[in-house]
Amino acid sequence: MLSSMLHDAKRIWVPAVTMGVLLVVWELVVRVGLVPNFLLPSPTQVVAAFIEDFPLLMGHAVATLGEAALGLVIGVAVGFVAAVLMDRFELVGLALDPLITLSQTVPTVAIAPLLVLWFGYGILPKVLLVALTTFFPITVSLFSGFKSVDKDLIDLMRTMRATEGQIFWHVKLPAAAEEFFSGLRISATYAIVGAVIAEWLGGFSGLGVYMTRVRKSFGYDRMFACIALISICSLGLMRLVDLAEYLCLPWKRAERK
Amino acid sequence: MSDSVETQVPAVPALEARGLGLSWDDGAHMVAEDIDLHVSAGEVVCLVGRSGCGKTTILHALAGLTQPVTGRVLLNGADVTGVPGRVSYMLQKDLLLRNLRIVDNASLPLVLSGVPREEARARANELFAQFGLEGTQELWPSQLSGGMKQRAAFLRTYLMGNDVVLLDEPFSALDAITRQELRTWYVRMAAELHVASLVITHDVDEAVSLASRVMVLAGRPSEGKPSRLVGEVLVDRAQDAGDFSLTHAYVDAKREIMTLLG
Repeated sequence: MLSSMLHDAKRIWVPAVTMGVLLVVWELVVRVGLVPNFLLPSPTQVVAAFIEDFPLLMGHAVATLGEAALGLVIGVAVGFVAAVLMDRFELVGLALDPLITLSQTVPTVAIAPLLVLWFGYGILPKVLLVALTTFFPITVSLFSGFKSVDKDLIDLMRTMRATEGQIFWHVKLPAAAEEFFSGLRISATYAIVGAVIAEWLGGFSGLGVYMTRVRKSFGYDRMFACIALISICSLGLMRLVDLAEYLCLPWKRAERK
Repeated sequence: MSDSVETQVPAVPALEARGLGLSWDDGAHMVAEDIDLHVSAGEVVCLVGRSGCGKTTILHALAGLTQPVTGRVLLNGADVTGVPGRVSYMLQKDLLLRNLRIVDNASLPLVLSGVPREEARARANELFAQFGLEGTQELWPSQLSGGMKQRAAFLRTYLMGNDVVLLDEPFSALDAITRQELRTWYVRMAAELHVASLVITHDVDEAVSLASRVMVLAGRPSEGKPSRLVGEVLVDRAQDAGDFSLTHAYVDAKREIMTLLG
């Protein structure tokens, strides 16, 4: 009991101390002048910039999170439908597989300007870029989850006169649930990054737009504050996925025990 | 007891296979040929053969999961060849769905057939004590021992509602003591519930422990020699009062099966 509590505590304080040490070293490196301050602001300067620009940052963060969330929802929906069709119809699987793989070999930064060119400076190109980058992990994880189902289980369901829909609902979907959440965790981080990249290339609001502006005015402390906020948003989104997984897969909690 | 014994066949057996011929590749490569067998209500029959001789392939055909190249499968006299869902089928793995509680796993066949979930749970609940599962209704499969999982799988198989049960090495994944306990329990349950059971196994001890009749399958399909039924051994369970495995009847039956297996 005590050793388990100590082990749990270790999982918190070891990374916390590591992070603390890194911040202290960073602060010292800047303060003693090993790196010029105009190139690298100290952590305390970043925190000060964060506090100073907090209302502005929040406004931009809302825009970015909105685009990321909308794009993620579309990406998940498209990824889900693609995975189901690929699993259900072999021909669709053969047809879509190379296209889906190809879509991931195109760099996001290369396709983003094209989307801006085609769809303007509004929300649409941002949402499309997020959807494009997030559907892939969902499709791949779900498809592999569907394929991982024990063939004997399918045979058993057939002996119980289960329809294809019932096999999907009772066997395939739960079997793929864990892999789906793994994919969703990756997609959640891609969503924020995708939205920020799209904002860099044009737009009126969002953390990417804010970053472009502060970079042009050499406000590197503000830039670091924005980077920190992007990381916090990504971590928050990942925690939300963890919470959804915890609530949706109660049997996993029993298995862990 | 002897091989090729004349057994009394009821007018219409619960399950009957006539001249089954099975292939892994649409007839090009035969796995089993001339399979004639029958199982009556309340009877436990074992089909014994070496690993790879096509036992599971035969069971798949009897369950309607595959179409035989030749022959027919009859259920209470009606032709059900290639039609799944008419007999209950249990495999060596418990195949409980890990995302369903035990009561939901057990009642799954009822839910699949359109019974509302609460009613299905209630009907399954009534049988939990009889199947030695009392108190496990709301647990997840991961919280049960191997033996208990197998009991839950038996309950699910029973709730499929068919009077013929096919079992594919149902005890092979269990430890020796649990295996023996469950064999004894199953023989009693099958008689109580009056279901016809066909069990396949490569374990001769298991066959003699479970069945009143053992059919021996021999052949090497992978070497181009399709499997055939080479004999039938009746197990005299009249002495089944104490430990049956220590009786002459048990040893004699086992010796006879081993001889037939070659």
